[in-house]
Order: sequence, then structure tokens, then C-alpha cells
Amino acid sequence: MDSLRIICPNGHLGFAPTREESFRLGVAERPDCIAADSGSDDVGPVPLGTDTSTSPLAWQTHDLELMLVAARELRVPMIIGSSGDTGSNSRVDLYVRVIRELARKHRLAPFRLGYFHSEVDRGEIRRRMRAGETVQGLEGHATLTEGELDATERVVAMAGVHPFIRLLEQGADVVIGGRSSDSCVFAAPAIHRGFPESQAYYLGKVLECASFCAEPYGGKETVLGKVTSDAVEVTAMHPAQRCTVASVAGHAMYERSNPYYEHVAGGTLDMSECRYEQVAEKTTRITGAKFRRAREFRVKLEGAGKVGERYVGMVGIRDPYTIAHVDEVIAWARDKARERFGDAGYELHYTVYGRDGIMGELEPLRDRPAHELCILVQGVAPTAAMAEELTMIGTRQMFYARLPEVKGSAGSVAFALDEVLRASPAYRWTLNHTLRCDDPLELFPTHMTTVAG
Amino acid sequence: MPKLSALAKTIRSKNAGVDLITFDVIFTDRATYDRVRRARVLTRESVCALYRIAPSRIADFVEFDPGNAIKFTIRRLRPSGSPGDPDIFGAQQYAPLLDIEVPD
Repeated sequence: MDSLRIICPNGHLGFAPTREESFRLGVAERPDCIAADSGSDDVGPVPLGTDTSTSPLAWQTHDLELMLVAARELRVPMIIGSSGDTGSNSRVDLYVRVIRELARKHRLAPFRLGYFHSEVDRGEIRRRMRAGETVQGLEGHATLTEGELDATERVVAMAGVHPFIRLLEQGADVVIGGRSSDSCVFAAPAIHRGFPESQAYYLGKVLECASFCAEPYGGKETVLGKVTSDAVEVTAMHPAQRCTVASVAGHAMYERSNPYYEHVAGGTLDMSECRYEQVAEKTTRITGAKFRRAREFRVKLEGAGKVGERYVGMVGIRDPYTIAHVDEVIAWARDKARERFGDAGYELHYTVYGRDGIMGELEPLRDRPAHELCILVQGVAPTAAMAEELTMIGTRQMFYARLPEVKGSAGSVAFALDEVLRASPAYRWTLNHTLRCDDPLELFPTHMTTVAG
Repeated sequence: MPKLSALAKTIRSKNAGVDLITFDVIFTDRATYDRVRRARVLTRESVCALYRIAPSRIADFVEFDPGNAIKFTIRRLRPSGSPGDPDIFGAQQYAPLLDIEVPD
């Protein structure tokens, strides 16, 4: 085989529905594989902590249905990474169930379904730490301590190409993956078919976000990638989109701190010598990518820990004197929370929209507030009852704040809702670390089953 | 004096993992990219002054020739999505760059 062609219909399957016109055009090209990533840590730590998806099941099912029916018609592999936003075990099992239901609905001929899990038991991490293994922190995270591990609710490991390749070797027609690096979803079938790692990982890098590597901007449209022994070509499928030198090179920067390097389990993709060439109206060719294997096999771990139950409140301010003294209004309400609950054991957060609500300490214009402000109040506490009362104090006491020279003495803030609302529990990222492994598969148990429609 | 928003095709910010926010300023052609680089208005130092942060908060600063782009990355004080974080995706942190004035 001289080349392998993969279509990617969606950069985050389920997060917003795949656009069907360009997907149909991609399928009409008769690709060798249909693949997409379905996860991201962009959604914050709450979905991993609460073991939920942020994407609606209807959208996830819509995208899986499009891909499954097309892949079975073409008799080519379908591959999904980071199932259900987080790639936790329950999300993998959910996607496996959806695939079974879709097979029944469409009366599909029997096919092999492979899947793997990515969750890592906290006890297993503790055992390795006590055996002398260092769980190293990435970007500003300290080396993992047992205390921080205790504060963690759920951990997923980020798979490389290895469990995908194992399942393809075993003859999987459909692969449903746990948490995995986006690019590896596409690199795995290319490596499995014998293409060099350098080209395979670049193929994954350029396809992972679907039409984000095309212009003009338009998400959720299908792109087609072709890998050969020494190059990758990427083509936009939407009639109005093109993959240009600018759009493809621009995509190399997206979501990463350095545009030249991409780290995955087992090595690093080096794009510093990449050359980009427009070879057709909608197609750009990339050569010069290199993949360097790491000396030590380290796997990234993501973990979320619960901070507490959470309620939110909201107030508005129009009086210019009160706006100029909004920090004193907030301090007044904080003081009342302190009188009730003491200094510690809860969190009260104020986001002041109209001043520095979006950028906080990075806001250059924070000394020039607008003529009206909206303040979001978030109260976080061990129990829902305490979080509700805390947030109520933090919100309603702003109404009673006493400013020495204010003209209005009937109430310092405006309420659109004189209530506080229950929000998702608050979580934080506790693990953004790496763990050394002897075997690339040891954290990713694989399973194979036959599905009949 | 034109502003950066008039010269750049794209000015954006976005998470790069949970601890970093990365900023991309992308130009349509090499000449404009070179002009902005020559003007030295978008450098580690100017970014620190604009966002009022210490140099240690800049995790990376790259002039990316293949993309006609200037790219830098800032460390968050707390990971994305921590309680109180108002921009979980880091997608609205680029606005102060729009008004940077670029001399000829």
C-alpha cells in the first residue's frame, strides 16, 4: 500500500454536531479509515470529577451513527479516542453501548468491536509511589504527594498509539478508546499499516481538529488526510473550505505552547523542519516532520479532586459611587460570611463583570469600570446546605453594604433573581503529571467483542 | 499609527493544557509579519508590561515563520476550571493585544 487516507469529521465528537454535507463528500472519497477524537481537558475538571459528559448524548449518538454506518458500508475501521469528553471508564462503556444499539437499529452485519479503558486506580498509583516511583508534575504542578492523591476523585491516563494498534492488530473494525492523545487516534492506523512514525504522528497532528486546519474558519467540517512514506497531504471536504499553507501552518500553533513540538506517550513530534506546499486548490502537502522516541516511557495522568458543593448568585450595580467602591461592598459581604462560618472551610468567589470579570489580574483596564456592573457570586462548601446559605449571605449582604457617602440608602445592588441557584460541584485539577511505565499497554487494558445487528 | 487589529488576520487566545493560556497573532503575509517584528511592539517585555505580569509567567515566546505568526504562552495562577476561574477555555484573554500600536 503506497498511501493511507483517513477522514476526520469532528475535532471533538459530540461537543457540537458534525456537519453532514462535508462528511458525505469525505465518505464519497472512499477513505481507508474514519476517525475522531471525542475529548478535551478544556471542559475543566468537573466532568472528570463527577464522571459525566459535557456533551449531550443525542449529539454523541448522532456523530457515532454517521461514522459507524459509513465505516461499515465502506468496510473500513472506525476509531474514536477520549470517549465522552473525559475518556473515563463509564464514558467508554457508554459509547460501546451506543455502538451496540446503533448496530441493532441499522441491522449491521457482525463486526469486531475493540475498546480499552484508561482510568487508573488511586491505590495503584499509591503502590507505585511507595515503591519509589516519582509522579512528576507538568507545568507548575509539584511532584505528586499522597495527600494530593487522597484529594483526587478520579484519574485517567493519556494513551498513545499502543492500545489502538493492539486492537487493530487483533482485527477490530471499530475501536472505542479511553483517554488518549488526539493525534494518536490517527497515527495508530497509519503505523499499523506500516507508515513511518514521523509521517503518522504528523498526520494525526493535522487531522485532530478536523476543519480547524482549513480556511475560511468553520468548525465541525470533514477533512481528509493522506499519508505516504515521506509526506502528508490534507484536503478540505467542504465546498467552500481549502487547506492552505497558511491554514495548515497556523493550525500547528493551535492549543499548544510551542508550535514546533508535540509530546505524546513514547516520544515527541518535531515540526521545526516542516515544509508546507500548496499542491492543489484545496490541498496542502507537508514534508519534514520527525518523530523522536523518548528514552523513558512516561504517560500523562489527569486527575480531578472535589473542592465542594456549589451555589451561585448574581447582582447588578448602577450607582457610580457604589461602582467605584465595589471592593468595599464585596468586603462587607465577605465579612458577614466570616461572622457566620469563620475564616476557613469554604470558598467565596466574586467575578465583577464590567470591570475585570473575564481577565481578573491580567486586565489592563480594571481601573476603568463600566457604568453598570454584574457580579457573579460563587459559594463552595462541604455540604449543599452550607453552600446555599454561604452564597445567600455572600449575595444578599451586598444589598445591605454600608458605604459612607452613598446617596441611595435603600439597597446597594439590584437583583434580577432574589435567589441563589445550585450549580455543579466545584472541582480542581489535582493531577497534571506523568508516570513512568515499563510496558506501554500496562495502564490500558484492551477488550474485544463481536457485535451483531 | 495602525493598530495590531488592523494588521493581523487572527488574534486569539486558548488553553494549552490546564495550566497555560497560549496567544496567537497571525498575519496574512510575510511583509506584515516582518514589519510587526521589526517594530518590536510584541515581545516578551511588551507582553509583561501590557498584562502586568512578571517575566517568569511567560512560558514560551516564539516567532513562527512558517505561519507568519507571533506566539506566546502565559502560565495561569491556578489551573483552568478551578472555582472562580471566569474563562475555562482561556478564549477571551487576547483583547488587550488588539489596540497595540505599530509604528511604520
